[in-house]
Amino acid sequence: MDLLGEGKKVLLGNEAIARGALEADIDIATTYPGTPSSEIADSLAAVARYLKNAGKEVPFYFQYSVNEKVALEFAAAASHAGLRALTCMKHVGLNVASDALMTYAYIGSKGGHVIVTADDPSCHSSQNEQDNRCYAKFSSLPMLEPSSPQEAKDMTMEAIELSEKLELPVILRTTTRISHVRGVVKLGKLEMKEKKGKFEKSGLTVTVPEVARKLHPVLLKKMEKAREMSNKSKFNFVEDFGGKYGIITSGAAYNYVREAVDDLNLKCKIFKIGMSYPLPDKKIIEFLNECEKIIVVEELEPFMEEQIRTIIEQNDIDIEIYGKGFGELKRYYEYNMDIVYAALAKFFGIKWDKKESKEKITDRPPVLCPGCPHRATYYAVKQVAPPDTIYPTDIGCYTLGLLPPYKTADFLLCMGSSIGTGCGFSYATDQKVVAFIGDSTFYHAGLPALVNAVHHNHNFVVAILDNSTTAMTGHQPHPGNAIDGMGNEAIAMDMEKVVKGLGVKHVEVIDPRNLNEAKEAFKRALEYEGLSVIISKAPCILLERKIKKERKLYQVNQNNCKKCKICITKFACPAFYFDDDAIKINAALCTGCGVCPQVCPFNAIEVVK
Amino acid sequence: MKISIIIAGVGGQGVITAANIIAKAALKEDYNVITSELHGMAQRGGNVECSVRIGNVFSPIIANETADAIVAFEPLEALRNLSKVRKNGVVLTDINPIIPPLVSIGIGSYPPVDEIFEKIEKHCRLIKINADEIARKAGSILTKNVVMLGAFHSLQILPLKEESILEVIRETIPEKYIEMNMKAFKMGKEEMKRFSSQNE
Repeated sequence: MDLLGEGKKVLLGNEAIARGALEADIDIATTYPGTPSSEIADSLAAVARYLKNAGKEVPFYFQYSVNEKVALEFAAAASHAGLRALTCMKHVGLNVASDALMTYAYIGSKGGHVIVTADDPSCHSSQNEQDNRCYAKFSSLPMLEPSSPQEAKDMTMEAIELSEKLELPVILRTTTRISHVRGVVKLGKLEMKEKKGKFEKSGLTVTVPEVARKLHPVLLKKMEKAREMSNKSKFNFVEDFGGKYGIITSGAAYNYVREAVDDLNLKCKIFKIGMSYPLPDKKIIEFLNECEKIIVVEELEPFMEEQIRTIIEQNDIDIEIYGKGFGELKRYYEYNMDIVYAALAKFFGIKWDKKESKEKITDRPPVLCPGCPHRATYYAVKQVAPPDTIYPTDIGCYTLGLLPPYKTADFLLCMGSSIGTGCGFSYATDQKVVAFIGDSTFYHAGLPALVNAVHHNHNFVVAILDNSTTAMTGHQPHPGNAIDGMGNEAIAMDMEKVVKGLGVKHVEVIDPRNLNEAKEAFKRALEYEGLSVIISKAPCILLERKIKKERKLYQVNQNNCKKCKICITKFACPAFYFDDDAIKINAALCTGCGVCPQVCPFNAIEVVK
Repeated sequence: MKISIIIAGVGGQGVITAANIIAKAALKEDYNVITSELHGMAQRGGNVECSVRIGNVFSPIIANETADAIVAFEPLEALRNLSKVRKNGVVLTDINPIIPPLVSIGIGSYPPVDEIFEKIEKHCRLIKINADEIARKAGSILTKNVVMLGAFHSLQILPLKEESILEVIRETIPEKYIEMNMKAFKMGKEEMKRFSSQNE
């Protein structure tokens, strides 16, 4: 296993963070999965299971928590018991955990605690591209920003060390182009020991107003110390390639800047900022004094730029500064070499022909897999719901219901929002409302919203798409599973009992692959006055395919086929294709789910004998 | 030295595995290597794109018109990345189209394959192989990525020894599939020999 190896390895940025955590001998790791952060926790889960299967002691505890807030709270407690901890999540996950984060900063930490936020500029797999560096400033917590897998590992260890020196949790902020980049990583020593902590009742750890008022200035004082550490940090360094022009950069943007120096033959100094909160003010002043003009190259918000502009003004430094708005340096989308080269060429007065991507190619968006049970649920609902039915949706594979022909996604904010907005739509309109939410998402943030819907007697349908896993992020287990992330036995929630226990009167559990059953159940739910819940239960086909080796295959009987194309235009399983004029089923893609024969009005789809 | 390669295809074709094999082989020969992948929901039929860069490189993303080669597991995905390849660069592509499901229901269109090839040829050197067929002959369609690797390696764009790549394949692929993949690599390589003798 590369993660437990030695020497040099090619590691994913996220794997490098996991390795850094192991080298720092962390005791606790918690997460809720989310792209592009998932492989950090998945790597630790894999290490735990690997050691367990080899009959060895697992020297840390790992947990896929129910959501990011609980993950952070768990680790904060462990830190206060003196243990070292890592908590990782995607950028929007930190919004969920932010309530805990803001006050955790006041209380601080004991055992080293690194909080990883993986941001997603360009929204490759996210609902927004918020810049979580703002959380460092907002919460007053130190932050490190790696540029490569090697730095991701090194900074994870540095974060643990800084955290223990400052008695504050430390944020490690990556982006997709750090988390999902592979590079050569020089590994250090692994000396992992299992520890149990002890909570000493000594500090100011109950944030009643009087305590909170005492703690806020304490936090600010710690951050002054952090600024001194930033001024001395080895991750804040200057590379001198001659000349008087300065570039200040961080994270993924550094890589484009650094390569431009070679390709455009730039005479410049680069200030590469690795500890980007608090900024190393003294070092920056020194740097500014050595330069004639500077440009700040950073993705998303002008996070460093605004602070540097303040430093310039406060210290009365006479220098030209450029950043957001210069060339194509924008506040949205990720940077790349083309954008950064064009901006730097302009800054240095070099002629540069920007190469544009030429033609628009037909998109190939991801679609629901052949055999995905969500397709059957969507097909059934569309058959029985009025055309103006509103479909609030949620975060998961099933968001793909957005695409035609299903179009069963009308509104989405965040994890759990399907039920919360379902409450609102059902009150605000006379339209029918069917809210779709996955099982993992339901446990994550759907529960409180469902309580709200029950309590206020809102009139709509909640469809819980229960495929027994957190499918989209890579099949992590969730509270509905009888086994946890480390491979230990766990207590599985019974979804039906949970929903009934919350007081929902009309609850039905269906297998959506039986289309008639599904249609009838949705009909009853739509007619019901009040809140109804349909638990549409069938396993994720990707998991089922791994377990079940035998499968029935289906084919189109060309004699019966009338080419009505319902299987393609309404059901839209990707296993169907046109061969000249005939409709056929691709045997390599067919999973044998058995739903399409129920869709075909002419009995033209049959089992291959 | 800088070598920049794009490997592109559709979810499930083994694009990321192919990139990883090259990266690990590069490390075996002590090169600096960076790869980057975009695979939001790769298993669900979306396009997958990996960059592999070897040598004195920092950026994981390849700038427009600077890639030395595109290795495409599907023709439309070759075309999608065409603006990345440099003048006189190489596009090695499989010839079997995979029609996006949205096109099947009438949204967007899949251009005629010959048109795709014409567009590529206007811009750079095009090499087409029927990797699906070769992979099936090797024992399984799942070896397609290794067929492509075998073919691509024989073009001598990668500064890597064949043995380094084969060693990584032996180290990373489950034991029962190693022989089949060795065969796939060799058949990919032989296909290129046939191609170059035809074009001489």
